[in-house]
Amino acid sequence: MLEWLIPAASTSADEIDWLFTLIFWTVGFWFLVAQGILFGFIVKFRRRPGVRSQYIAGESKDEKRWISWPHYVVIACDVVLIAGAIAVWRDVKQVIPTPDETIRVIAQQWAWTFVHPGPDRRLDTPDDVVTVNELHVRNDTTYAFELSSLDVVHSFSIPVFRLKQDAVPGRVITGWFRPTKTGTFDIACAEMCGLGHALMPAVLHIESPEAHAAWLGDRTTVAAATSGSRS
Amino acid sequence: MSMPATAHEVTAVHALESVWSRYVFSTDHKVIGLQYLFTGMAMALLGGFMAYVFRMQLAFPDQVVPLYGLVTAREYNALVTNHGSIMIFWVAMPVLIAGFGNFLIPLMIGCDDMVFPRLNRLSYQIFFVSAVIILISLVVPGGGFGGAWTAYPPLSASAQYNHTPWGAPLWLLAVALEFVAFLLGGINFTVTVMNARAPGMTAMRIPIVVWMIVIASLVFMASVGPLVAGAVMLLLDQTVGTRFYDPTAGGDPLLWQHLFWFFGHPEVYVVLLPATGIVAEIITVFARKKLFAYKTILGTSIATGIISFFVWAHHQFVAGIDPRMAHLFTITTLLISIPIAEMLFAFIATLYGGSIELATPMLWALAFIAEFLIGGVTGIFLGANATDIYLHDTYFVVAHFHYTFFPIGIIATFAAVTYWFPKMFGRRMNETLGKLHFWGTIIPFNLIFIPLFLTGAAGQHRRIYSYENFPQLSTPWLNQLAVLATLALIVMFVFQAVFLVNFFWSMRRGEKVGANPWNANTLEWSAPSPPPHGNFAAMPTVYRGPYEYGVPDRELDYWPQHVAS
Amino acid sequence: MSDAADVHTAHVPLATRRSTTGIPTARLAVWWVLASEIVIFGGLIGSYVMLRLHHPHWAEEAAHTNTIAGAFNTFVLLTSSLAAVLAHQAAEARDGRRAARFLGGTILGGLVFLVVKGFEWSHEIAHGFTIFRDVFWSYYYVACGLHGLHVIAGMIIMAIVAADARRGRNLHRVELIGIYWHFVDAVWIFLFPLFYIAK
Repeated sequence: MLEWLIPAASTSADEIDWLFTLIFWTVGFWFLVAQGILFGFIVKFRRRPGVRSQYIAGESKDEKRWISWPHYVVIACDVVLIAGAIAVWRDVKQVIPTPDETIRVIAQQWAWTFVHPGPDRRLDTPDDVVTVNELHVRNDTTYAFELSSLDVVHSFSIPVFRLKQDAVPGRVITGWFRPTKTGTFDIACAEMCGLGHALMPAVLHIESPEAHAAWLGDRTTVAAATSGSRS
Repeated sequence: MSMPATAHEVTAVHALESVWSRYVFSTDHKVIGLQYLFTGMAMALLGGFMAYVFRMQLAFPDQVVPLYGLVTAREYNALVTNHGSIMIFWVAMPVLIAGFGNFLIPLMIGCDDMVFPRLNRLSYQIFFVSAVIILISLVVPGGGFGGAWTAYPPLSASAQYNHTPWGAPLWLLAVALEFVAFLLGGINFTVTVMNARAPGMTAMRIPIVVWMIVIASLVFMASVGPLVAGAVMLLLDQTVGTRFYDPTAGGDPLLWQHLFWFFGHPEVYVVLLPATGIVAEIITVFARKKLFAYKTILGTSIATGIISFFVWAHHQFVAGIDPRMAHLFTITTLLISIPIAEMLFAFIATLYGGSIELATPMLWALAFIAEFLIGGVTGIFLGANATDIYLHDTYFVVAHFHYTFFPIGIIATFAAVTYWFPKMFGRRMNETLGKLHFWGTIIPFNLIFIPLFLTGAAGQHRRIYSYENFPQLSTPWLNQLAVLATLALIVMFVFQAVFLVNFFWSMRRGEKVGANPWNANTLEWSAPSPPPHGNFAAMPTVYRGPYEYGVPDRELDYWPQHVAS
Repeated sequence: MSDAADVHTAHVPLATRRSTTGIPTARLAVWWVLASEIVIFGGLIGSYVMLRLHHPHWAEEAAHTNTIAGAFNTFVLLTSSLAAVLAHQAAEARDGRRAARFLGGTILGGLVFLVVKGFEWSHEIAHGFTIFRDVFWSYYYVACGLHGLHVIAGMIIMAIVAADARRGRNLHRVELIGIYWHFVDAVWIFLFPLFYIAK
C-alpha cells in the first residue's frame, strides 16, 4: 500500500509494506466500527421533548461486557500486530545475513561520506572508492553497512529501502539492505543535526552489475591516475 | 492596628489591594488558575504564529512570508523547536493541568482554596519567569535554540555544533524552571485532594477530572526527576564545559535520549488524562447520563499512568539501541492501547440511552473522542517497531501526534472553556459564535493533518526547511498537499478570531446566568457564579457521587452532590 | 460585610486546616517533596551506575577519592540525624529550647560535613582531579555538589525552625525538617559507597 506513494526497492521494503498494510486494515476496520457507533449514538439519542435519559451505572457485569468485549478485540488485534511486528523486525533489523559486500557510511555536519569496497569487494584495500553524497550499489546484492558520525547525531534514511538508522557519535552501528530495483533515489538525514540539516541530500544509484562495474572502472582509473601522478 | 484609619484611607488601601492582590499577587486558586489560562492562551497565539510562519515556508519555499519576512534555515529550525516546546510546556501543561486544576480542584472537592495558597502563587510566578526566559531566548544573539524540542546532544550540548550560544542554555533553563513550577503545583494539587475534601467526599465520589489531574501530577512527578538531573548535566555541558554527553570524553549521547523519553512519553499522558477527565465531565452533563463504569475508567487511567513508564524506548527504535530491546517496547506500547481504548469505549457507552444536547461544549467533547481515535490508531503504526523504522521522523509522526495533542491541548481546552465559562465569569458565551468557531476549527484541522499523513507515508521527513534538494520527496502532488495543509491552517487561524471576540465580549456583555446554568451535579455549580474568594457561602457536605443523572422516580433529571435528599 | 469575611478566609483558608486523611497536611507535603527528590537523585545515580558498568577505567579514577574522609563524613551525618531525632522527641514533649539545642547540634554536623568536603575538593582540584578530567569526576562533583546544596538548604531551614522552636512556636516543623534531614542522610548513604568504596 505504501508503494502507491513511494517505490519499494529492497527486500526489507516489501516486508515493512506488508506489515503496514496489515496494520492499516486491522485498525482501519475497527476504527470505522468505533466511529460508526459513536456517531450512531449521537444521532439516535438526540434530545427529544419528553424523553428522559436512562439510568445505567455500567457497574454490573451484564452492562460491563459492552466495554469488555471490544476490549478483548483490542487485545486480540494487539497480539496479531505484535507478532507481525516482531517477525518483520527480526528479519529487517535483528538478523543480519552474510553480506556480499560491506560499505562504510560516515555522517558529519553536513555531508555523507561513502566508502565503497571497490572491485575486490573488500573494504580497507587500496582500491576502495570514496565518494561524497553519492552512493552506488549493485542490484540484487546483499550489503552490510557500518554507520558512524563525526560530530552530532544524524540519521541515515533511504525511503525507498524503508531504511532508517541513527548515526551516533562514538559508535559504529551495523545494518544491511538488499536492493531489488535499479534507479536513482534520495538519501536524507532524518535527525535534526543543526543549521544545514536540510542540506544533507545524497543520491542513491542502484545499478545493474554491468553498470556498476563500469562506474567502478571509471573511478578506479581516476584513482590510479591520481595516485600514479603523485608517485 | 493602633491608629484608627479614616474612611478615606481605607478605600485607598482597599483599591490598591484590589488591583495588585486580587489580580497579580493573589493567592486565590481561581485567580491563579485564570492567570495560567490567560498566559497559556497568549503563548498559544505565539506558538500558532510560529506554525503559520514555517508552514508558509514549506508551502511556498523561499518567498516572503506576510507579517514575517524571509525564513532562513536557522530561523526555521528555531521556529519548529520553539513551536513544539511552547505548545507542550507553555500551553498544554499550564492550561490543562495548572489552569483548570487550580480553578476546579478546590471547587469540585468542596473547599475554599488550595492547602498551600502561597506555594501556589510561587508556582505561577516561577512559571511566568520561565515563559519570559523562553521569549528572551528567541531574540538573543545567535537566535533561538534550533535543535528540536528533544534537544539531543551533542548538538544541544555545544555551541560549536548548534551555533546558538545563548539560545540553547536559555531554552534549557526555561524548561527546567517550568518543571520546578509544575512540581510545586503537582504537590499542592495532590495534597489538597488528599486532605482538604469536603465531608462526605469519599474517594469514589471525587469527580473523575479531579482524579485525572491528580494521577497526571503524580505521573509528572515520578517521570520528570531523572530529566531534571539530565538537564543539570546538559546545562553544565553547555555552560561550564563538562562532557557528560560527549562520546570522545567517555560520555554518552544516548543517555540523554533515555532520560528525555523516560519523561517525554509519560508527559503525553500527563496532559491526556486531564483532557479525558474534562471530556468525561461534559458528556455526562450534556447526555444527562451517569458515567459508564466510573471505577473502570479510574482503573484504566491508573493503568495508563503506570504503563506509560515502560514505553519510552519506542522513540528510539532506530537510535542504535539493542535490537532485542525493541520487541519489549513494542509489546508495552501496544499494551497501552488497551486501557486507553477501554476508557474511550466507556465514554461512548456513556452516550447510550442518553438525552444528548449538542451545545458547544458537548460538540467539543464529542470531537475530542472522534479525533483522538484517529490519533490512537495511527499510533499503532509507530508503536510497531518494524513500521516505525520507515515512519520515524516523517510527517506521519507529526500528523499522528497532532491528532493526539490537538484534541488534548486545543479541543479539550475549548470544551472546558465553553463549559466552565459561566462559572468563571457569571455569564454565558454566545452559542452561535461558539458553533461557528467549532466548525471553523474542526474542519480545517482535519485538512491540515490528513495531508500530512500522506506526505509522511510518502517519505517526507520532518524538520526539513526546504525540499528543493530532494527531487523524489518533492513531487508536485506532495507540494500541493503541503499547500493544502498550509491554507487550511490559515483558515483555522482566522476562525480563532471568532473565539477571541466571543470570549472577551461574553466576559463583559454575555447573558448573565445563575449558579447552575447546565443543571450539573458537581460541587462547583453550587457556588455562586463567579465564586467569591472563599468559594461557597456555606461549606458543602457531599451525599452522593457526581454523576447521578436521570435517576428514576425523581422529578429532576439531576441530583447535585451537595443536596441532602 | 462580606469583605471582612473575605479577608478572614484569605488569611486562614479552611483548606489549610482540614485533614481528611488524618495525616497532617505539612507532613504529607514533605513526603511528596522527598518523593520527587528521590527520582531526581535516582536519575542521577542510575545514570552513573549504567555508565560506570560501561567504563571499567572509572575504578582507577575512583581510587583517588578519599575513603577515610568519606567514611568520617558518613559518621558525622548519621550522628547529626540522631540529633534531629532527639530534637523531634523534645518537640513532642513541647520542650522548644531543648529541641532548638539539638537542632543546633544537627546544624553543627552539617557544618563539619561541609568543611571536610571543602578540604577534600580543594585537595582533589589541586591535584588535577577537576570536573573536566573525566566523566567520572563530572559525576562526582555534580552528585556531591547537588547533595551539598541540599545540606546547605537544610541547615538554613533548620536554623529558622530552631529559632522558632526556641520561642516555642511551630514545634511541628521540627519533625518536618528532621524527615528532610534523614532524606539528605539517606542520599549520602548511596553516594558514599558508589564514589568512595567501589574502586
